[in-house]
Amino acid sequence: MSHTFTLDGKVVPFVDGQTIIQAASAAGVFIPHLCYHPEFKPHGSCKLCTVKVNGRHTASCTMRAAPGMVVESETEEINAERRALTQMLFVEGNHFCPSCEKSGNCQLQATAYHLGMMSAHYDHFFPNRAVDASHPDFLLDFNRCILCSLCVRASRDVDGKNVFALSGRGIKTHLIVNAKSGQLADTDFTLDDKAAQVCPVGVILKKRQGFAVPIGERKYDKAPISETAESTEGR
Amino acid sequence: MTAKKKLKVATTSLAGCFGCHMSFLDIDERLFTLLEHIEFDRSPLTDIKTCSPDCDIGIIEGGLCNAENVHVLREFRKNCKILIAMGACAINGGLPAQRNHLPLTTILEEVYHTSPGLANGMIPNDPELPLPLNQVHPIHEVVKIDYFMPGCPPSADAIWKVLTDLLAGKEPELGHGLMHYD
Repeated sequence: MSHTFTLDGKVVPFVDGQTIIQAASAAGVFIPHLCYHPEFKPHGSCKLCTVKVNGRHTASCTMRAAPGMVVESETEEINAERRALTQMLFVEGNHFCPSCEKSGNCQLQATAYHLGMMSAHYDHFFPNRAVDASHPDFLLDFNRCILCSLCVRASRDVDGKNVFALSGRGIKTHLIVNAKSGQLADTDFTLDDKAAQVCPVGVILKKRQGFAVPIGERKYDKAPISETAESTEGR
Repeated sequence: MTAKKKLKVATTSLAGCFGCHMSFLDIDERLFTLLEHIEFDRSPLTDIKTCSPDCDIGIIEGGLCNAENVHVLREFRKNCKILIAMGACAINGGLPAQRNHLPLTTILEEVYHTSPGLANGMIPNDPELPLPLNQVHPIHEVVKIDYFMPGCPPSADAIWKVLTDLLAGKEPELGHGLMHYD
């Protein structure tokens, strides 16, 4: 049975069980998000997809659509909150776009562009995070991790390997590799893993293909994230 | 009709590579149009060494890596009505900030003592040399910054857009294609 709700005044149809972001996406309406990926169970942690439903804040990736809901998304208030969240992600890690292979293909960067983020506003943490270059085919640069858990979900739910996990709590939460040594080389992580394809930022990078596509000609250089097809993240 | 008073623009490069200034010069012949509306005060382009007290716009390239950078930045803030951070290094420290996870003593030791080929090296200690800061900082962490032009460097078109928006009395805005962090 098909129903509708309104999103910024636009009537959006949905089927039972669909979340707000799924229905919006099917209707061609972009809601900013980072930890949400249409192929995975929602995690609801990044809060970028927050909308107001009947006046109350909620994550649109976890909230199921219901008939007659009044949803606000592209408002100055909500986008200012999304921008602040994005700025916090930038200062918590080390996000130096000019030297990052993911630049131009990065969802965090493209989302920041979409939100008009001109600076990170807050004081930078400049955390000290070691990279893991132990694997023959992949480099892990933890400096850029935004804790979306997509690699965790992909490795666990699709690859059946449990290579990644989030460890610690609160501000100390960090991505770890599930091996006694903590090194990616000591896992069964391989090129064809789903987890190798889903990183929205520049943490999980394939070796030996740096700058195959020049900066300026990459995905989000060509079109803003709001106009690029959903879930086409990958390299 | 009297000619409209030209706006005074000061520029400097702190811990930057002058790439943003080069990109600024890449506005090419639009410089002539710009010079109908502005005059340069303290800037590497004029070689004037201190800001006039009545500058309208200050443009800062680069972050803060030593005590002199902080001094110059404060001079700009004191003398400029509007301060603009130009480029990645001014905004987040950029390339120089890649040293931030290393203790300063370790870096100085390696550069002047332990690197191969250094015999009897010594860490420079001339009173004329500004002391390095423990970490490289973005400029907004020290003074209030009014506007930001991201990019490494921001393109000539992005710089032109921000300046012309400001001259027109508008909030500067960079749309898709002009907004770049890389």
